[in-house]
Amino acid sequence: MTRLAKGGLIDRSRTLSFAFDGKTFTGHPGDTLASALLACGVRLVARSFKYHRPRGVVTAGSEEPNALVELRTGARREPNTRATTVELYDGLEAASQNRWPSLDFDALSVNRLVSPFLGAGFYYKTFMWPAAFWEKVYEPVIRRAAGLGRAADAPDPDHYEKATAFCDVLVIGSGAAGLAAALAAGRSGARVILADEDFRLGGRLLSERAGIDGGSALDFVARVEAELSSLPNVRLMPRTTVFGAYDGSEYGAVERVSDHLPAPLPFQPRQRLWRIVAKRCVLAAGAFDRPIVFPGNDRPGVMSALALATYATRYGAGAGANAAVFSTNDHAVAAALDAAEAGLKLDAVIDVRPALPEALAARAKALGVRVITEGEVVATSGKCLKSITVSTPRGSETLAVEALGVSGGATPNLNLTCHLGGKPVWREDIAAFVPGAVPPGMAVAGAAAGTFALADILADGTRLGASAASDSGFDASPVPAPQAEGAPTGFKAFFHVAGKGSKGGPAFVDQQNDVTAKDVALAHREGFRAVELLKRYTTLGMATDQGKTSNMVGLALMAELTGKGIPSTGTTVFRPPYTPVALGVLAGHHRGVDFKPARPTPTHEWAQAQGAVFVETGLWMRAAYFPKPGETDWLESVNREVKATREAVGVIDVSTFGKIDLQGPDVGVLLDRVYINMFSTLAVGKARYGVMLREDGLVMDDGTTARLADDHYVMTTTTANAAKVYQHLEFCLQVLWPDLDVCLASVSEQWAQIAVSGPRSREVLAKIVDGIDVTNAGMPFMGVAQGSVMGGVQARIFRLSFSGELGYEIAVPARHGAALMQALMEAGAPFGITPYGVEALGVLRIEKGHVSGSELTGQTCARDLGLGKMASTKKDYIGRVMAGRPALTDPERPTLVGFKPVDRTARLRAGAHFLKPGAAATTDNDEGYMTSTAFSPTLGHFIGLGLLKRGAERMGEKVRAYDPVRGGDMEVEVCSPAFIDPQGEKQRV
Amino acid sequence: MRIPCPYCGARSSHEFAYLGDAAPTRPDPSAPDAAEAFHSYVYERDNPAGPMDELWYHSAGCRRWLKLTRDTRTHAITAVVFAGTGEGAR
Amino acid sequence: MSRYSVFSLIANALNGQTGWKPAWRDAAPKPAYDVIVVGGGGHGLATAYYLAKEHGIRNVAVLEKAHVGSGNAGRNTTIIRSNYLLPGNEPFYEWSMKLWEGLEQDLNYNAMVSQRGIINLFHSDGQRDAYARRGNAMRLAGADAELLDRAQVRALCPFLDFDNSRFPIKGGLMQARAGTARHDAVVWGYARAADRLGVDIVQNCEVTGFIREGDAVVGVETTRGAIRAAKVGLAVAGSTSRLTRLLDLRLPIESHALQAFVSEGLKPLVPGVITFGMGHFYVSQSDKGGLVFGGDIDGYNSYAQRGNLPVVEDVAEGGMAVMPLIGRLRMLRAWGGLVDMSMDGSPIIDVGPLPGLYLNTGWNYGGFKATPASGWCFAHTIARDQAHAFNAAFRLDRFRSGHIIDEKGVGAQPNLH
Repeated sequence: MTRLAKGGLIDRSRTLSFAFDGKTFTGHPGDTLASALLACGVRLVARSFKYHRPRGVVTAGSEEPNALVELRTGARREPNTRATTVELYDGLEAASQNRWPSLDFDALSVNRLVSPFLGAGFYYKTFMWPAAFWEKVYEPVIRRAAGLGRAADAPDPDHYEKATAFCDVLVIGSGAAGLAAALAAGRSGARVILADEDFRLGGRLLSERAGIDGGSALDFVARVEAELSSLPNVRLMPRTTVFGAYDGSEYGAVERVSDHLPAPLPFQPRQRLWRIVAKRCVLAAGAFDRPIVFPGNDRPGVMSALALATYATRYGAGAGANAAVFSTNDHAVAAALDAAEAGLKLDAVIDVRPALPEALAARAKALGVRVITEGEVVATSGKCLKSITVSTPRGSETLAVEALGVSGGATPNLNLTCHLGGKPVWREDIAAFVPGAVPPGMAVAGAAAGTFALADILADGTRLGASAASDSGFDASPVPAPQAEGAPTGFKAFFHVAGKGSKGGPAFVDQQNDVTAKDVALAHREGFRAVELLKRYTTLGMATDQGKTSNMVGLALMAELTGKGIPSTGTTVFRPPYTPVALGVLAGHHRGVDFKPARPTPTHEWAQAQGAVFVETGLWMRAAYFPKPGETDWLESVNREVKATREAVGVIDVSTFGKIDLQGPDVGVLLDRVYINMFSTLAVGKARYGVMLREDGLVMDDGTTARLADDHYVMTTTTANAAKVYQHLEFCLQVLWPDLDVCLASVSEQWAQIAVSGPRSREVLAKIVDGIDVTNAGMPFMGVAQGSVMGGVQARIFRLSFSGELGYEIAVPARHGAALMQALMEAGAPFGITPYGVEALGVLRIEKGHVSGSELTGQTCARDLGLGKMASTKKDYIGRVMAGRPALTDPERPTLVGFKPVDRTARLRAGAHFLKPGAAATTDNDEGYMTSTAFSPTLGHFIGLGLLKRGAERMGEKVRAYDPVRGGDMEVEVCSPAFIDPQGEKQRV
Repeated sequence: MRIPCPYCGARSSHEFAYLGDAAPTRPDPSAPDAAEAFHSYVYERDNPAGPMDELWYHSAGCRRWLKLTRDTRTHAITAVVFAGTGEGAR
Repeated sequence: MSRYSVFSLIANALNGQTGWKPAWRDAAPKPAYDVIVVGGGGHGLATAYYLAKEHGIRNVAVLEKAHVGSGNAGRNTTIIRSNYLLPGNEPFYEWSMKLWEGLEQDLNYNAMVSQRGIINLFHSDGQRDAYARRGNAMRLAGADAELLDRAQVRALCPFLDFDNSRFPIKGGLMQARAGTARHDAVVWGYARAADRLGVDIVQNCEVTGFIREGDAVVGVETTRGAIRAAKVGLAVAGSTSRLTRLLDLRLPIESHALQAFVSEGLKPLVPGVITFGMGHFYVSQSDKGGLVFGGDIDGYNSYAQRGNLPVVEDVAEGGMAVMPLIGRLRMLRAWGGLVDMSMDGSPIIDVGPLPGLYLNTGWNYGGFKATPASGWCFAHTIARDQAHAFNAAFRLDRFRSGHIIDEKGVGAQPNLH
């Protein structure tokens, strides 16, 4: 056990039990999984990606590259979870990953033995012989060995939410700079959101012993948190990671609502996605402790010096029984001494500099910590760290330590500043990149901006918080910044221990991806010197920490090799997300049956009661067919529905068609310009079928439009194109011809529309209308009447036919749709009225040769579909000019014809391609394809519609319908697309 | 991206449908060079890297067509008016 | 420069990997070349390689404004496939697939071409028939295609949501020969192979203007000086309009942002490539273990090489709808490419429109898979001054004549393709 005797922000009065790799341990509230493991003496927690080397915890934050575990089990298993960010809860279960058979003995650690072969770019040079072996032999082995954790093997059982927040000032990070900024902005009355990825506000202040305003850092945190909590305009959001900066001052954030619990509470999400729209943003994300590259720097027990200190001070956990620190800077030395004060047995501080500042040297002496100046750690030993070899100009010695804290200085955490394309700039005076161009409205405070002295950080935060509030229109009169004790901030730029060969073992730059200093040298040797090429060739910086700990050092090594200096070698740019984001939270509730909304028709419940089988058509749910008891096959039901409609009367809900109400003196003009045929001449009380083109001359949509009054039309569109046509009409009116006096409204959802079709439909209709004349004389084919039905329900009746039978479509306000269906069913009962679904609707229209979505593909022109003759030559309309292009008027183009199987018992399938009999099956010989097929109960065999080259000239010809993907290949006969009643007499009776 | 709709106020871009460059105007269909003019109108674009006038439709809002001036390199929006009339805010 | 072989690998393992030389020369530009290819991405480098290999034209420079592969070649989702519908497209993409199949031996570079298959899911009878039409078109072009039913899809991808979905999976169109390739390695392999044939790869050399003689293009002005050439080919994807503007040309091209994403590394989960048509989502898994996924373009003109949150959410929604076990996996990185969306969604590889100028553009979101055939056909077009049969349909004047190749049928609206 390495739990320190006292101290830390943990609740020692309560004990939490947890399991790692099946073994049970205990920790306390306030612990992370990493601190609890360290406190329990567990140092080996992971294996690396490529060489399967033993690895331990190296950081105390979200930048952790090594300590990745599978958290939880079963459907809640979360692979690659950073143990350093997991709040301990009672019953937590975690397992190490990417090892077999066990973490302690990992068979694939033999990869180390062949590591001379496995340098950067190794894959690209090999596995090519023999050619066929890649997919069969090499790749499966590589794939099994690669990867880290395992995905859950069942759907995620938890819920996720999405929310949007608006604020004046978003403060990201709640360390010294963030707290000061939030306080300055919050006191002005500005709406402030303070977000921090940690579960506790305070940032580094939680780990440090510095004094602020005469008290401790912890007192300061508590005081500020209390004041911010008391302000109604301030929202504190701990456990919230701002992961991305986007256009329009929009920030993406994830709030981990329940991850600190064994499972979410009832009706609570696991996580919540926030889109935060902020007028101003203060980024106060702090800095990362920069590693130093030296031989053997990856052994469990070697970690960031600041992390070593944090584990001791914040968590009361020793990273080992004893420790040393290898540093380049005062901040790390001070933190190490803080840790020693907290009870960590710190044997030595090894610093690369010739001397420490007097204050630190004196503090070390008082604590009995040995200081080794001009020292470098040149080797380490032990599976978990046992000893380090320190070299100085005075000689070398070996120290037996279980933990080594390493700090090469501070790397500002400027990740979010890059998301809109900003490039960091190098500051030689602090040997670090600082933010360059930042997203509009963002200011960067504190260590993230390269300001490292606590007093300056507090002043920076206060100033930028106040100016963010002022910029948002609040009076943030200058408030005094909190005062901090001075602390030395000296450092020496030092990135790696040079020239000691490989005696001490490989020196790692990117620990997770096992990229070594030698790999960087190889990349240089082979010309992969641009930073992006270095990254891609060696995978440096591509691990789950996205280079937070490795990019800077990798760049420094390359700069040394090229001799060009860091700024001209390149820069490190970050993209969203700042830390990895669960896919579930990005999806929110949009999953399963809630992936998209379902649009029921007005008669949906009625159809359900009839036992309808439904089908998705776009977002709509439509009845596909209505099986009757005893029917065993969908085709049996559909045949019955078709026959009933052809022979008596059928009924179907067609409310899904788009309906657009057009009013104003210029509607006729507009319609003449959007349809290829004339509508201004349409008589009041009549409907007409119309075809509209896109401006490129191809068919956009079809439908019927009726004239209800001189200045009032109602248009129907296909179900699929309702929104598109509406948008198009608004475009025409608002952009192309704003002088036209027309008002549009989409009324698709306001009107229910039911089609009654079949020879007895008039008799049925007659029983429900309130005195409307539905005789052939009173309402001829394509006639329209307005009035009421069912004793006073407003209605529009259109005498239309998609089925080819005598038919009507009756529109009533949507709330009466179900009642209308009931009324029709009752009125039609004596005639055997039969509800039919979209399957039968398809059969009826194919028998008639009417085009539908399968033919209106956006690739067909009016002539292809046999509709070319409708085009008016007396006017211009959208698409007319472009429809005249040579390829669109080419007589070779496939045109719509009908097809019958030569063997009448054969089944036709849409999607078959047409070939001349005997022609080879090649693209060059392709003559078109079958667009729609159906079994025609009327004719007793399958029929089809299709597009065939010069189709209209080839009636009676036999062609081959080639369908190899379904094993179909048959002869079909070309015929008219109108299989029944080609003269259209039935619909006019 | 947030689009400052003159009618609805600033709204998320996902409420809008995009058409593209607002510069091309529908040619005179009766002009002798109509075929070439329409080819240019329908297909040819300046595709500038920089400020561009473009048409957006507030499909999930007021259903007005807007003309935005937006920089294609930075996505910064500097002006917005109703497309047909050129009017600004109400 | 040494070939990669068992012997060179062993030799370098023994000498601490110190025997390797730069994979290609960092060439300085000469004053003149026979051919200049602008753009050091996959298409440009492949063009140079095939000019040298197939046509013996070795006095060639590839000019790249940054470093090789710094554009879309390194910002895609690495999918290779030839499952196109229309006769103008499918034979070209199938030729590309055949070139992929022999690429590594040809280049002596392991680009990790991995034919693990692609499945396009369908969810309705209508979609099934549309995919049957496509599969049949593929078979006519000599490609492989199979129509899978629900049970067959389930056997291959049991992790998909078959039981609780808004749009139930009814089957899929499978191309077994499709798969993925390591995108950067494709760039490096072509660069190394072109360099070995004498091509100059000139990096950090941005084209800033064109040298003209009358109408003709006879060279380029660059940040590294003027360079003359009898023929100048452009292969700069989303930056095409930036260059053609200098020639007062307006093209049927818009530049858009396409985002793509990768998850943290996982043990093998997804066998091949899966596309979910009812949402905007497609996914594969890299050899390193990350799920590589994407969806629709952001939908507005952009040169910013980044996208916005609505599309990120849209893609995640599609992913969760079809693979709900990914809820606790994490998106590691998002990036944005600058794609050259054309007015019919299909590419342009053509001579002209000015003397001495050759265009290779309009790759929409599908340029990566086309890399070998694009380079091969562009090289042919440049060398012979006429298109090969494989790219005969990719003419610039098709928009004028109406011979458009619109796979999706959405018309002259680039953001919908």
